[in-house]
Amino acid sequence: MTRSGFKPGPLVWVAVFALAALLPLLQPGGFVLDVAINVMIWSMVAYGLNVMLGYTGQLPLAHAGFFGIGAYTVGILTLKQGWNFWLAWPAAIVICALGGLLLGLVAFRTKGDAFSIFTLGVGVIIALVINKWDSLTGGNDGLNGVPPASSLFGIDFSRSANFYYVALAALALTVLIVARTRQSVFGRSLVAIRGGEDLARSAGIDVYSHKLRALMLSTAIAGLAGGVYAAYVGFLGSAVAGPTTTFTVLLYLLVGGVGTLAGPLLGTGIVYVALQFLKGLQDYQYIVFGPLLVLLVLFAPQGLAGLWDRAQARRVQARAERAVDHA
Amino acid sequence: MPEHPGTPLLEVEGLGIRFGGLHAVRDVTASLPPERITAIIGPNGAGKSTFFNLISGFYAPTSGRIRFQGEDITRLKTHQVVGRGIARTFQTTTIYKELSVLDNAMIGHRVRTRSGLWDALLRTGREQRDERESRDGAMRALERVGLAGQAGRPAGALTQEGQKRVGIAMALSSDPRLLLLDEPAAGMNPEETVNLMGLIRELVGGGLTVALVEHKMSLVMGLADEIVVLHHGQKIAQGTPGEVSRDPAVIEAYLGGHAHGGQMGQPGAAGSGASGTEEGAHA
Repeated sequence: MTRSGFKPGPLVWVAVFALAALLPLLQPGGFVLDVAINVMIWSMVAYGLNVMLGYTGQLPLAHAGFFGIGAYTVGILTLKQGWNFWLAWPAAIVICALGGLLLGLVAFRTKGDAFSIFTLGVGVIIALVINKWDSLTGGNDGLNGVPPASSLFGIDFSRSANFYYVALAALALTVLIVARTRQSVFGRSLVAIRGGEDLARSAGIDVYSHKLRALMLSTAIAGLAGGVYAAYVGFLGSAVAGPTTTFTVLLYLLVGGVGTLAGPLLGTGIVYVALQFLKGLQDYQYIVFGPLLVLLVLFAPQGLAGLWDRAQARRVQARAERAVDHA
Repeated sequence: MPEHPGTPLLEVEGLGIRFGGLHAVRDVTASLPPERITAIIGPNGAGKSTFFNLISGFYAPTSGRIRFQGEDITRLKTHQVVGRGIARTFQTTTIYKELSVLDNAMIGHRVRTRSGLWDALLRTGREQRDERESRDGAMRALERVGLAGQAGRPAGALTQEGQKRVGIAMALSSDPRLLLLDEPAAGMNPEETVNLMGLIRELVGGGLTVALVEHKMSLVMGLADEIVVLHHGQKIAQGTPGEVSRDPAVIEAYLGGHAHGGQMGQPGAAGSGASGTEEGAHA
């Protein structure tokens, strides 16, 4: 009775994904399809990061590392071991979830900034290990010729237009998972932790185990995205697992709106596309992009989705006040 | 209630904690009688809040034992202590100001639910049941503190007193036997304090046991059935308000360190009488 009755959320999402599913039917150029698939891959990573930063209030900076682990797991298993992509992909997700568990067991002994810095170090180490472990990962030369996703139900996923649907389905699954998590009893406890760890603890929440599970979900989603990336790009270099990637994804998330459901997709879409257009400026692109970012932080610190949420909140508040006046 | 009237709900034995060389709480042995209001008082820095932090599992004691309903809870973690039936509120209005009043109370109910991440992802029956029970439990708690009508409002939009009530509702949602209130009347005006005293009495009338740390002597003298006095981390007296206010060690502790110590006796008792009549007017 207290939850606002009208929630456009689910319907809007269904509409967005339905429209997105129509894109390949328009037979767009390879460039458009490539941008769309990349946006979907990176927004998944942003969703994973959002589970931690947006919903749990923790900023881990090892996400590119887990993205890399997911990508290399798929790459190594399909290229060197001859596994089917559809088996290697889940394996990558499981390995990333377990990696998240291991990281959390140690990293959650620290809090706040120390946690971020610790995980940043872990992220660097993951990228270094990938770079140096020649026999497994191909080291500096990278992993060349990762096969595309194998056909399923007679659909040839080596074609971009078809693989587009794999990425779209993975993104839809990610959004669904994140939305359900946020709306759940478990998710409310995460929000409590975000609001104040000590308060959550004294309210009876097992903070440590909730943070661990949130981190596992978060890294598993990074692995999910990494798997799509490996099969799509076909070439893996260790740089993709480095901190630059983490901070790029963090940028997507900040622009889109931390802690919002639409933010990761919105932010990734806008920033990724904008950077494509600014690419012509080469190194100067950041001269244009930097000030835009400053403006955004000044006027919309909650990101683009945050602007919408704020307007929404004002409307709800006004309605509540009217209701009080009537009573 | 099921227990014998004489059996204490909570017993602490030789309880102590050291921070470096400092004995914040030292060798405290005390017990809380069930369905009574026990006030923990003492001059600033006497270790009152630390005492609460020890009971609620926030700090691990360096010596002594804590028993709750006969069970040793000394080494339990905070969420386990809450699960056993001890809930607390904080000195300042520590609540989730940006969340709704209902959400605050539902967070307090979390300890009574088991749903995890898989339940969330698969929308299991347990998830749906837990969600429903959280809502019901939270609404019951809000009704007890008189906030049921404001469940949908952001908690930060409430008055100071309202926010205190949200904090109490959050604690009550965990369905506790023992409620620890850390300076519940801090920052409240006299009228709000009287309202709060009425609420605490109601809760105890409903079978709850309350322990509170408080500086306002009018509240302590008017409300407490039993008073424990801490000084320099040690217990120097325990008894009824009348006994404690005549205790030479207590008078010494308050007069020794504080000019306001004199308020403990008569003016305090008078204050409690006054608040009692105001309370009557409200009821």
